[in-house]
Amino acid sequence: MSLEFITIFWRDMLRFVRFRALLISSLLQPAIWMAFFGVAMSSSFTRFGTYAPSPEGVMAIGYLTFMAAGVIAMTSMFTSLFGGMSLLFDKTFGLMREMLASPMPRTHLILGIGLSGVVKAWIQSLIILSFGLIIGVNFFQGKNFPELAVSILGILLFVGVFSLGFTFLSAAIALRQESHEGMQGIITMLSMPLFFTSNALYPIENFPVILKTIALFNPLTYLVTGIRSFAIGDHFYAFGIEYLYSSGEILLALGALVLFTLVTFSLALYSVQRVTIT
Amino acid sequence: MTERSIISVKELEHRFGDVRAVDGISFTVNKGEVFSFLGPNGAGKSTVINILITLLHLQKGMVTVAGHDIQKSPSLIRNSIGIVFQNEVLDRDLTVWESMEFHGRLYAIPRDERRDRIEELLKIVELTEKQGIRTKYLSGGMRRRLEIARGLMTRPEILFLDEPTIGLDPQTRIRIWDYIRRVNKEGTTIFLTTHYMDEADQLSSRIGIIDHGKIIIEGTPTELKNTLGSDIIYLDTDDNDRTASLLTNFQGIHSVRMMKDGVNAVTSIDGTRCLPQVFDLLSLNSIKIFGANLKKPSMDDVFIHYTGKEIREESTEKAHHPHMRRGR
Repeated sequence: MSLEFITIFWRDMLRFVRFRALLISSLLQPAIWMAFFGVAMSSSFTRFGTYAPSPEGVMAIGYLTFMAAGVIAMTSMFTSLFGGMSLLFDKTFGLMREMLASPMPRTHLILGIGLSGVVKAWIQSLIILSFGLIIGVNFFQGKNFPELAVSILGILLFVGVFSLGFTFLSAAIALRQESHEGMQGIITMLSMPLFFTSNALYPIENFPVILKTIALFNPLTYLVTGIRSFAIGDHFYAFGIEYLYSSGEILLALGALVLFTLVTFSLALYSVQRVTIT
Repeated sequence: MTERSIISVKELEHRFGDVRAVDGISFTVNKGEVFSFLGPNGAGKSTVINILITLLHLQKGMVTVAGHDIQKSPSLIRNSIGIVFQNEVLDRDLTVWESMEFHGRLYAIPRDERRDRIEELLKIVELTEKQGIRTKYLSGGMRRRLEIARGLMTRPEILFLDEPTIGLDPQTRIRIWDYIRRVNKEGTTIFLTTHYMDEADQLSSRIGIIDHGKIIIEGTPTELKNTLGSDIIYLDTDDNDRTASLLTNFQGIHSVRMMKDGVNAVTSIDGTRCLPQVFDLLSLNSIKIFGANLKKPSMDDVFIHYTGKEIREESTEKAHHPHMRRGR
């Protein structure tokens, strides 16, 4: 098996580490979300919580813990949606000609960028997890060491599949766009509705039917579900709603993300086969 | 395809929408030669190159490169060629070494071999000391040298050089010519495009001139220059119009062209014999001669003669070639 995609990945990571401003901002941004939005909102929501006491025997979680999973998901989405941007740069600056004229199969271009998107999302997720635990997110309650390891691996699995899917989507967009402004516009247009029709910051159970249906097709929802089940547990109480995840639901969520990733991979593959730069 | 030919193009056509960029051209490049592909901007050069290096799909015609059919086995071709693109293709945030490393990995060269070749090539293009520096901090000449080294990394059978010395100072150009000659001597066939006629003249074994999507003439530099006649007489007189009309009908003169500040006459006989006769003719007609000059045709003259106009260069490049502007 040829491993040229590692080369694409290597270069993309070199650039990621080298652009100090990009690196630092991408690491700080999620922490800022947690610290400001999370703490601010949780101070309000915790007051509502007292009007809806949790049923007996079910673990009640605070807002900060509830939204921490959402922040991981959101960060993964934004990072991945921008992950294909380097392809647009390579295209407009002509650097892609070197790769397209090489014997490397074009699939590897997509795979390499995808892998780099995954690794960036993993790094950010681990940072948010650590930072969250420091400022009082109640993740991994009562878990022993092996259970903790499984939980973290589970989160990374969900984040990995999800960001692979979104990086492929981003790559497909980048390969068809001519300008960075156009790409920015598309990313904003995609990310806003995805973010607000998901269960990242609030429950979707009380959504009107239309929004609920949209949320059902939203990959972000499945990612958040996956992260919560591994980080908090399969049975908890928040916002006056009792959450009970069966392993079937978790598998379904993972399956939905895998399906999403396969679709965006095909899109990216189709786009990279058609791209011509002279 | 003969045994000696390494690139063979037959009746190649290419369209972009309604525009016929390449209009049925055929040529061959022989193994071991430096073939220069010349033509004005927009003549179709880049399209042909992009087809040869497999960046554009073949629409019509037959093309083989390094013994492989371009449609059947593009990836075999990719493995046999090296490319130095017309515009700089360097990631400015990678170091010199990393740029080479990236390229070597794209072509799946094994690690140890990759390291040896990078070391060797950086030494040849005198960039060993710069290997840890990001390419954005290199001068234009260094970047071009790096790109040439990179193009050679895969030990290609054919090296495509698309205007390799554009925008470089004379010292750097001469150095790059040396590398090109050296590489060619070691057996690599060179496919060169350039807008510098002296470069084509200096380096090429053979030249093909393309305009309006067609090959106009092909031959060695000497052959091409000989097609213009023997010599060019340049005259500046008090009545250049009358001089031109007198010379047009004069025996021994092949053709006459009015210049901004004089008359150029191409001789059909030895110019050293022709010049005194021309002087006599003019003095007989009481035309006063301010200046005269006799020269062998240059590649510039050949180019202008066949493409009917001067080379359409980027304005920044003109300073290097003051004499090119004359005939406009």
